[in-house]
Amino acid sequence: MAQPLVKKDDDRDDEAEYSPFLGIEKGAVLQEARVFNDPQLDPRRCSQVITKLLYLLNQGETFTKIEATEVFFAVTKLFQSRDIGLRRMVYLMIKELSPSADEVIIVTSSLMKDMNSKTDMYRANAIRVLCRITDGTLLTQIERYLKQAIVDKNPVVASAALVSGIHLLQTNPEIVKRWSNEVQEAVQSRAALVQFHALALLHQIRQNDRLAVSKLVTSLTRGTVRSPLAQCLLIRYASQVIHESGNTQTGERPFYDYLESCLRHKAEMVIFEAARAITELSGVTSRELTPAITVLQLFLSSSKPVLRFAAVRTLNKVAMTHPMAVTNCNIDMESLISDQNRSIATLAITTLLKTGNESSVDRLMKQITNFMSDIADEFKIVVVEAIRSLCLKFPLKYRSLMNFLSNILREEGGFEYKKAIVDSIVLLIRDIPDAKESGLFHLCEFIEDCEFTYLSTQILHFLGNEGPKTSDPSKYIRYIYNRVILENATVRASAVSTLAKFGAMVDSLKPRIFVLLRRCLFDSDDEVRDRATLYLNMLAGDGIVGETGKDVKEFLFGSLNVPLGNLETSLKNYEPSEEPFDINSVPKDVKAQPLAEKKAPGKKPTGLGAAPTGPTSTVDAYEKLLSSIPEFAGFGKLFKSSAPVELTEAETEYAVNVVKHIYDGHVVFQYNCTNTVPEQLLENVSVVVDASEAEEFSEVVSKHLRSLPYDSPGHTFVAFEKPEGVAFGKFSNVLRFIVKEVDTSTGEAEEEGVEDEYQLEDLDVVAADYMLKVGVSNFKNAWDSMGDDCERVDEYGLGVRESLAEAVNAVINILGMQPCEGTEVVPSNSRSHTCLLSGVFIGNVKVLVRLSFGIDGPKQVAMKLAVRSEDPAVSDTIHEIVASG
Amino acid sequence: MASFAAYQDNCPFVKNILLLDSEGKRVAVKYYSDEWPTLSAKLAFEKSVFSKTQKTNARNEAEITMFDNNIIIYKFIHDLHFFVTGGDDENELILAAVLQGFFDAVSLLLRGNVEKQEALENLDLILLCLDEIVDGGMVLETEASVVAGKVASHNADSGAALSEQTISQALATAREHLTRSLLK
Repeated sequence: MAQPLVKKDDDRDDEAEYSPFLGIEKGAVLQEARVFNDPQLDPRRCSQVITKLLYLLNQGETFTKIEATEVFFAVTKLFQSRDIGLRRMVYLMIKELSPSADEVIIVTSSLMKDMNSKTDMYRANAIRVLCRITDGTLLTQIERYLKQAIVDKNPVVASAALVSGIHLLQTNPEIVKRWSNEVQEAVQSRAALVQFHALALLHQIRQNDRLAVSKLVTSLTRGTVRSPLAQCLLIRYASQVIHESGNTQTGERPFYDYLESCLRHKAEMVIFEAARAITELSGVTSRELTPAITVLQLFLSSSKPVLRFAAVRTLNKVAMTHPMAVTNCNIDMESLISDQNRSIATLAITTLLKTGNESSVDRLMKQITNFMSDIADEFKIVVVEAIRSLCLKFPLKYRSLMNFLSNILREEGGFEYKKAIVDSIVLLIRDIPDAKESGLFHLCEFIEDCEFTYLSTQILHFLGNEGPKTSDPSKYIRYIYNRVILENATVRASAVSTLAKFGAMVDSLKPRIFVLLRRCLFDSDDEVRDRATLYLNMLAGDGIVGETGKDVKEFLFGSLNVPLGNLETSLKNYEPSEEPFDINSVPKDVKAQPLAEKKAPGKKPTGLGAAPTGPTSTVDAYEKLLSSIPEFAGFGKLFKSSAPVELTEAETEYAVNVVKHIYDGHVVFQYNCTNTVPEQLLENVSVVVDASEAEEFSEVVSKHLRSLPYDSPGHTFVAFEKPEGVAFGKFSNVLRFIVKEVDTSTGEAEEEGVEDEYQLEDLDVVAADYMLKVGVSNFKNAWDSMGDDCERVDEYGLGVRESLAEAVNAVINILGMQPCEGTEVVPSNSRSHTCLLSGVFIGNVKVLVRLSFGIDGPKQVAMKLAVRSEDPAVSDTIHEIVASG
Repeated sequence: MASFAAYQDNCPFVKNILLLDSEGKRVAVKYYSDEWPTLSAKLAFEKSVFSKTQKTNARNEAEITMFDNNIIIYKFIHDLHFFVTGGDDENELILAAVLQGFFDAVSLLLRGNVEKQEALENLDLILLCLDEIVDGGMVLETEASVVAGKVASHNADSGAALSEQTISQALATAREHLTRSLLK
């Protein structure tokens, strides 16, 4: 055996550069394909030619329509040959060519013959080919064979039919759904992969029938599932069932035991799938998490990089919501910082950043600095984001973190990376007042040498808003004016606007700004000159634009009162004429879409886009929407809009969620409705609200929605009058509408409609609706400056609780306030905890709360609640809320 | 293929399988997702995958990386680089099983001679192998011996003579041999 091997190696040296496809050319191969037409087929040669054709396709060569058709017809001739190898290549070729409908007919009969062949391999492959290229009409002809194939005793044939079914379900669902009996039988197959494919198909057939899925999961979790892949699927389906059953039941979660038992499975993929599923359970408790964390921790020290990566990535996600649960893994994590695989190292670092405590920040920062230079941009972004959240958690550490950010800002990097850093600095400036001056200074340094126009203009805009409010605004002027001298037109124009803002806000700088702006009048760019002229006139206050200083500021800092999208359309429609464009003619209605987007819970708008302080962008959008409705105009200023509350379950015919808008003396419910039935058009849609369990509320206005077509969200409103201040209540809702059938092919609705109703879930107005989450950076300062005049202290027994963390979360949720300085996180095993909260109560009253919790042996939790606010009545109200919660 | 999005949520989904040489050129590739609609998008993806993984040592254990919201699991041997791509919420170990299945099946089919030259000479086997592992993104089979068995079912026991003939000759004899036995 050794002899020939040596000989072969020699051969190889001689022809080191040889490739069987060297110098291959499409034209020549197409010529060669003529051998397919020979009366005496040479299977070997034909296979070679097909391989060459496939090679060409694989290298990205394309055939023209005519070439493809010719090759296709030639290939169909090869069905005459009974050579198995050749037949396999023919199958592959047909799939690659994806013939058109009229061509498919040519091979249909050959493939159908193969589907009924005695050779299993022919059957399996013919099924896959035919299903790939077929259309609906043909499918009904072969349906009978496919059903048989699903329960074929050969696993390869069965799998081929099942996988084809999964693909066909996307295009011809009504046909595939008829196979569910056969698929059900295949789920019981002894062949591992058949079971996997059958389970996948069965679930897809039934995925809209929640009860059926639940039954399927129940029966399979009790039975035997052979293939690890099928087991993974089952875990996914089980967690879906858990998710859909919601948090309504207290106590034991359904299927948790099953997930937990999968942690002891012999296949690593199943163990990991189960661990991941457990960590992703909504509202998972630390007791439920523990076994999953334990197996993931074992994976961390595995020799396989894939396993380490999977584990650290999952733990990283857990750390965002349950940092304390992951602290046990910190030692293993730290050893991963030096992992060969930089992805693993990055994830380890960011996890440590999330779980670390204040004292370890400096040490970690040192480690990261060494490490930043040898990772890719996308990982750097991850690290920057982790540092941003760390900084918000430990505001006192801003100095070292800000230094780190400014250092990496100076290094090489792509746009996304730089943007992440700039966004972080902006966020720090906004949230940590002490960091403002140094942060602005770092940004100024950055724009001195910034290659990204977008970032430069954004920073200049931000600088214009924040710079004038600093102790020494004049020091920024140099940086801004340098932009006018050195940059491209876009940045120059933006710099001019920034200069004008300084001029408007800081009187002492005005004369100097005038000099600079006058120089800009000679700029080569129209926009820059126009802006300079405008601002000069405005700041001079000679009455052409803006009468008073207030108007000037309004013009410079105020926001445009119309949605930009609407303004754009109006400007496009505007025909140049004698009549000037009137901005008041731009519709103020915000299109429904942006509001209907579900805001990810807890996701704060970050970065420059939302840089101006004050209400967040969603609130802005809501405010605009509401103020455009005349009925609500007299309600005064909008205090708070809640996050959308779902009133329907996912995947029902009509999806409705509600946003509660709180005013001083009113509350407006905004029902966002989506019609998910393509065959229906809803008209006269309104929500009928029964407020019999909310005595203090009385309905004043109900605005219905004229029409609600398929898949384009719309909203209806119901407004209530309530006493000034706080009032609670429970509201039951019914969606009422006229439904009209729609012909989906033409899109036309029928004339006649039927009145119908749809029961929605109840809605509560609770204490948290009257509280804005507003954080303070230094709680102690704020607490001390508030003074104890309006302090109210009392103690409460919270009864038996699962854990201290659960009790803390419950109180935070009842009050709806912003936890400060990371105190919402309770270290595991601790017996007592202090949590600091801040917020603004309706009536714009600042409230600070200090909660001290203690737990004793049998899980009895006691709490001391100290409230300070600007109004003693509010302090009392907070106590009432807690007492009744 | 846009319809795949509908069931990617629940079912393990392979976005592509790549077999590149030591310069990042294609030996055989197969895409199952429409995330890279054009040839240039595909080539750009391959280039970035290759350059990002090139310097790592993935010769003993399969390695893993993540970019553009994709997970890529890879393994190198001689001058061949094997890659399997999946979405960022995919179970990494399932993708790793697909890669291992592909890698081992190719090793079996090439009789341990896993090199670019050998792979190109047996490109038909490699393509059939891809076809047997994943169908339209769905995992069809991950057990290497089963995959190799299905691919090689028609050229079995030609091993002894293999080294003395050119590969294509060997395959041809094997196929003819098998055809005869079937015709009986």
